[in-house]
Amino acid sequence: MCQAGEDYAGSAQREPPPVPRPSREQKCVKCAEGLPVVVIRAGDAFCRSCFKAFYVHKFRAMLGKNRLIFPGEKVLLAWSGGPSSSSMVWQVLEGLSQDSAKRLRFVPGVIYVDEGAVYGQSLKDREKTLAEVKPILQSTGFPWHVVALEEVFSLPPSVLCCASQESAGTEEAYKTAVDSFLQQQHVLEVKGYATPAQGEDQPHPPHSQEPLGMAGSPTAAQTEALSRLFSSIRTLTAKEELLQTLRTHLIVHVARTHGYCKVMTGESCTRLAIKLMTNLALGRGAFLAWDTGFSDERHGDVVLVRPMRDYTLKEVAFYNHLFGVPSVFTPAIDTKAPEKASIHRLMEAFILRLQTLFPSTVSTVYRTSEKLVKAPRDGCATGPSGPNCLLCMCTLDIDTADSATAFGAQSSSHLSQMLPAEAGMPTPPCCGAGEGQAQSCHRGVSRRGDVQACIIEQLCYGCRVNMKDLPSLDPLPPYVLAEAQLRSQRAWVSREIQEYLITDDDEEEEEESGAEPGHTQPCKAIKQEGENTGIGL
Amino acid sequence: MPAPTCSSCHAARAALRRPRSGQALCGSCFCAAFEAEVLHTVLAGRLLPPGAVVAVGASGGKDSTVLAHVLRELAPRLGITLHLVAVDEGIGGYRDAALEAVSSQAARWELPLTIVAYADLFGGWTMDAVARSTAGSGRSRSCCTFCGVLRRRALEEGARLVGATHIVTGHNADDMAETVLMNFLRGDAGRLARGGGLGSAGEGCALPRCRPLQFASQKEVVLYAHFRRLRYFSEECVYAPEAFRGHARDLLKRLEAARPSAVLDLVHSAERLALAPAARPPPPGTCSRCGALASHTLCQACALLDGLNRGLPRLAIGKGRRVLQAKPPLAGNPSQAIGDPVALQGPCTCEQSRDGASPCRDGGDCAGATCVVPSDLSATE
Repeated sequence: MCQAGEDYAGSAQREPPPVPRPSREQKCVKCAEGLPVVVIRAGDAFCRSCFKAFYVHKFRAMLGKNRLIFPGEKVLLAWSGGPSSSSMVWQVLEGLSQDSAKRLRFVPGVIYVDEGAVYGQSLKDREKTLAEVKPILQSTGFPWHVVALEEVFSLPPSVLCCASQESAGTEEAYKTAVDSFLQQQHVLEVKGYATPAQGEDQPHPPHSQEPLGMAGSPTAAQTEALSRLFSSIRTLTAKEELLQTLRTHLIVHVARTHGYCKVMTGESCTRLAIKLMTNLALGRGAFLAWDTGFSDERHGDVVLVRPMRDYTLKEVAFYNHLFGVPSVFTPAIDTKAPEKASIHRLMEAFILRLQTLFPSTVSTVYRTSEKLVKAPRDGCATGPSGPNCLLCMCTLDIDTADSATAFGAQSSSHLSQMLPAEAGMPTPPCCGAGEGQAQSCHRGVSRRGDVQACIIEQLCYGCRVNMKDLPSLDPLPPYVLAEAQLRSQRAWVSREIQEYLITDDDEEEEEESGAEPGHTQPCKAIKQEGENTGIGL
Repeated sequence: MPAPTCSSCHAARAALRRPRSGQALCGSCFCAAFEAEVLHTVLAGRLLPPGAVVAVGASGGKDSTVLAHVLRELAPRLGITLHLVAVDEGIGGYRDAALEAVSSQAARWELPLTIVAYADLFGGWTMDAVARSTAGSGRSRSCCTFCGVLRRRALEEGARLVGATHIVTGHNADDMAETVLMNFLRGDAGRLARGGGLGSAGEGCALPRCRPLQFASQKEVVLYAHFRRLRYFSEECVYAPEAFRGHARDLLKRLEAARPSAVLDLVHSAERLALAPAARPPPPGTCSRCGALASHTLCQACALLDGLNRGLPRLAIGKGRRVLQAKPPLAGNPSQAIGDPVALQGPCTCEQSRDGASPCRDGGDCAGATCVVPSDLSATE
């Protein structure tokens, strides 16, 4: 995931302790005593210990500022083997071994997802990678889970349901949680328990020996299904997106089944800036704050957290190098792919190139991203309880088919295209006029069992574009297909009983009826105009 | 391989594949579809009500040519009156040629044309004079900053002159996509918050403006011009190579090659960006000097001109703006602007500026790029 950092690590490795140029009688900018070993920003040379303090402080400050991780909470660290996530695991490890006042107070576990099948790796190569991965996991002393991506084929559809969570994010809730934790700890100490050793002395045997609940190695059939799914996708862009989606679902599922409330991922500031621009180009503008913010609550009970978002890749690479943080190189889906192969690669190359010309590029993009909010933009709100995308689980960001938006322009293109030629045709294809017809059309679709159409309907704009690169949606993991079926059935049933329900909020109805003429009017107009066009041109 | 038949009329031989959908169409079906889509945008977005007098910002380039042509086709059905407004920025060797193209278009389509010149509106400042002035100020990348702001003002003045009720510009989907990329790279949260719509409804005293081609990609615009045999002026502005926009444009071309829908995907993203209320700019007021819409005491056009007249062209750009706000501009001297702008500069600035301007002119002539459309999408005033 983080190849860009590799350059720095590689160049730095030639001289184990980088010797400062002797020509300059420079001292560390922090302590003014130590010999500087690393220059992070122009002019800011740090000595080894000050750099470490600076780095550690950033991690703790990020967690402290956001107050999201409650003491005693189980936190799953998503470790890919790359530099940033390795550094994150290392920070947690160090944080837990510190003296009591500064100790991190959550209970970590590590997850590694083996994605070898997606890259077409042989079983042997995958075993080789795992042989590198496992000793590192063991050395952390945390409970760990090694999960093959093939497991997505045995996930339950409930993964795609947003389990609601009581809002515990308030300041007071945090304070009470801290207090009760300290009290509890005090009691334990009185009883004579050795609390500081939680990470090392009590490895959870079932977890560390064998990933709990998951088969040790995937079946051949699942491996084949996974590689068939990925080889059927036409573009690397869509492959990358689907991989991220499936990986997230799997990690969230493991977190849920093992009682972790938080998942930490190791995306650095550089990575997030690239991700932001990539997602912008993928049509995910509505979800940028979810995709790149500090916390991501879209899954409800399991919250994704990005504690490494203040570090640049350069800082990560230097820290890992100076303090010997172990990491594993695993090929990613875009390894060795040419630059123009995918939107992701293009954007990565573009940002890193621009960063060399304008060194503030990454930080500018990153700072701008912090001004984004998760609530939908005014005027396109669908309400907090609106339907969520089947794949990325964000609130759907699609407009009605005939509105004057980029979505409307694309979805109605076939409509307006047909009209001049087939002037006088009474029925435009699907969703052409008003809500009523569109609904009956949906019902027809689900009755016919046209799974493809009913899945597409449940996707957000960005996921729809991605799924266009799949010739067929049938090879998708069963949990996705099953949940799609469930949702469309549920929607159909609720439409069936709609007219018998008595609701007291007339607001919504008013809104709907108010919006309807606005949307249908132009559509009718264009139908007429289209007919005219056919004759006139 | 023989060409397939048109997938719309099933009669004619297909002449193109639509970049947006990959559909094989014949020329006339494509043009009809393109026009129907623009019509749909105008109607669904309620951009131009019947009876509107519409000023079309015409540069002679492909986008404005196509826009004027399409609107002329649709005008009877929309019930609107068209009026071409061209802006003469005073760029030697570039704009005079483009203006010839505009006037021949106007003659062919029998549309009224009005040309407004920077030199008349802005106290003698032409873009060539501005470029000479800015080249001496260190970084010389700000030509498009001046030109964009001033052109916007000039178009507004021109539209008022002809009694228009609406202004339309030829910005296409590519322009919009570039702008959103660029605003992120520059960290311009205010513009990200404001941008995304099809135009502005005309707050305060400004005329409503809109971009009916916003969902048409540049490729489709060029294809339309090709099949309708429209002649347009396609040369890049001599000052354009200096613009930061070039980076965004280059990226967009690559993105589009990797995924054809990327342009519209970016437009969709721009429509949906949600920024914190604090990032949104305060509602605009009016310029204390010219009365136009302004977010500061002076509108950006007046501020830029003020800087130019004082011989400090960067005064209203970036960090210079702080100085401007700290020191209110010299009172009551808009009339001072008239006169030879170069004469206001010190002699050494003149020398530097000539050196600075010549290389970019060379680069501009050999570059065969096409876009000549006003670049700044969002309201700057």
